[in-house]
Amino acid sequence: MMKSKENMVTVYIMGDAYNVPESSTIITAMEYSGFQLTTGVGCREGFCGACATIYREKGDYKLKGGLACQTVVTDGMTLAQIPFMPAEKPIYDLKELKPDINTIKELFPTIFRCVSCNTCTKACPQDIDVMDYIQALKKGNIAEAADISFDCIRCGLCALRCPAEIVQYNAATLARRLYGSYLAKKSPEVDESIEDIKAGKYDKELEELTKMDRKTLSEKYYARETKLR
Amino acid sequence: MKIPYYPGCTLKSTAKHFENSAIESAKALGIEFVELPKWNCCGVVTPLAEDDIMHHVAPVRNLIRVLEMNKSGAVNDEKRLLTLCSMCFNTLKRSTLRIKEKVDDLDVLNDFMYKEEDYDGSVEVVHFLEILRENGFDEIKKQVKKSLENLKIAPYYGCMLLRPKDIGIDDAERPTIFNDLLTSLSAEPIEWRAKNKCCGSFLTLDNKEIVSRLGYDILTNAQKSGADLIVTSCPLCAFNLDNRQKIIKQKHPEFEEIPVLYFTQLMAIAFDLDKEVMGLDGNYINPVPLLESKGIL
Amino acid sequence: MPKTIVLDKKSVDFLKKITDLSGETITLCDQCGTCSGGCPVVEDMDITPSQLMRMVLIGDQTVMQTKTMWLCATCNTCTVRCPRMLDVSKVAEALRQVTLRQSINKVKIDEISKEDLSELPQIALVAAFRKLTS
Ligand code: SF4
Ligand code: SF4
Ligand code: SF4
Ligand code: SF4
Repeated sequence: MMKSKENMVTVYIMGDAYNVPESSTIITAMEYSGFQLTTGVGCREGFCGACATIYREKGDYKLKGGLACQTVVTDGMTLAQIPFMPAEKPIYDLKELKPDINTIKELFPTIFRCVSCNTCTKACPQDIDVMDYIQALKKGNIAEAADISFDCIRCGLCALRCPAEIVQYNAATLARRLYGSYLAKKSPEVDESIEDIKAGKYDKELEELTKMDRKTLSEKYYARETKLR
Repeated sequence: MKIPYYPGCTLKSTAKHFENSAIESAKALGIEFVELPKWNCCGVVTPLAEDDIMHHVAPVRNLIRVLEMNKSGAVNDEKRLLTLCSMCFNTLKRSTLRIKEKVDDLDVLNDFMYKEEDYDGSVEVVHFLEILRENGFDEIKKQVKKSLENLKIAPYYGCMLLRPKDIGIDDAERPTIFNDLLTSLSAEPIEWRAKNKCCGSFLTLDNKEIVSRLGYDILTNAQKSGADLIVTSCPLCAFNLDNRQKIIKQKHPEFEEIPVLYFTQLMAIAFDLDKEVMGLDGNYINPVPLLESKGIL
Repeated sequence: MPKTIVLDKKSVDFLKKITDLSGETITLCDQCGTCSGGCPVVEDMDITPSQLMRMVLIGDQTVMQTKTMWLCATCNTCTVRCPRMLDVSKVAEALRQVTLRQSINKVKIDEISKEDLSELPQIALVAAFRKLTS
């Protein structure tokens, strides 16, 4: 049944107007409008970073970026999806790297082109201070860069907007890898858990989980969340 | 005195020993550097094209941080930003002048910022050498614990401290500020031709030969004028004059290496601060044998 | 044989473009040569700084093919010495920008060796990328 007109808004998907329910996310709005999404969509939970989208809202000159699965449409919004971000990725062997400024200079020389415009920070749907982690890397502060970029989901929006053509998230990934391998304080608890896993302590539980049907699995998952809270 | 301090990228990593020696020598003089809680690379070189406002964003963002520090109480009514690196000094200061000359640019820049408050044009950029001069070179004299009497030093001013004239902290052709510092440290500054000759700056990336030729001229001029070592105030000059001696030596086997110190390293030596603070092991040409032979270390 | 200089619309436009971009009144240059005399890199240049000024003044666009603008280290020696208060470094920047703004790089970052990247301090990379890449 058609929803009443009051609850509908008009959005412009790649230039064409569509009427969609007002509380839709961009993804549901697109599907409602008949788009079949095979790329540019993933977990639908705001974690995978596959559904980067750029949009403008009515009466606002700013070009915004967001995750299509998390961003709710507004009346007059005009949008286009960025299903894939072409990016350069240096190949490295983490075991051969040192966690210092020279590694950054060798693998990501382009970050030294940053003009501190902050456009990346404005574009990030995860509210990460992207410019700050690039600046931290420029100073050779890998731990700080790893920390600031922790929530990065590699959606690519920062790189899309960067006037210096830096691929921020790949540099951040390197920072976190270096941090994890060389700089993080070693945790005996983690080592113990790894030993436990190796010794098969969780094998039985894991097997149970893999055999569980979807409904029970889902119940168990959400029950776990409530317990954590 | 507590003063907002902008370190710059290089002094935070590859030239950390320059920063350490500066902070500790300043402390000995009662000057406290309060590092901006958040800062970004200034861009090293100033944008020179008339329509290029974009590249002033980075310097101005740092100037806004000074206002924020005054608000947060980290410093008290101190609207000056202290720099150590000559290139940061020049770039930051030139942006302050651009805004003064082209007031409309300030609106464009402010409009471009994000959560930052508006910049009001009130921050003055200063170099540590200027603060030392203002503080009085006699104050430095009082702190000297190790005499540098036997040391003949070539003060290398380079470009960015002196030029252009509206930026320079001293006379563009006949500067004396470095000489005054050296004298107050009990060392002997020499007079020499190449004191403000360019080291080749960023050409060091794609024109090593030119930079090493310029370096050869500067270094040998210092030696012929009787210098035992050279002091500089810029980490890029330091790299071009110190590290590039490797190439110079390959080209001119008869060339005798000469140590290049950052001016604050020399202060740390004269003030007899910790060896760690001096950071002499960070320099490419080891200055220790020379300093030992002069009975200083 | 004397060389004939034709000031056509193209050359006048070029002079105007570089004048606007550099903010320097290039026509004030009286070819005294002071800038060239003090320039630390003049011996590596194919045309001297004063020749660069002259070529721009007469709108000779072949100046774009010379090495000089890429070798100017922005040391400002000429700036403080020019009797006409002109700043050659700004004219050189304007010429560089004309090229860089067409997305033509002087330095290709991916061709710099690992050794150089590792050895050079950040300050050298940032400065060179600003002046020599688009
Ligand atoms: S840092 Fe960049 S890639 Fe990572 S989430 Fe933010 S915009 Fe996306
Ligand atoms: S968008 Fe690019 S140039 Fe601008 S601050 Fe971010 S990394 Fe730097
Ligand atoms: S010094 Fe000035 S007037 Fe003389 S040639 Fe150079 S730019 Fe022209
Ligand atoms: S600014 Fe450029 S042209 Fe002028 S003296 Fe220096 S290197 Fe030569």
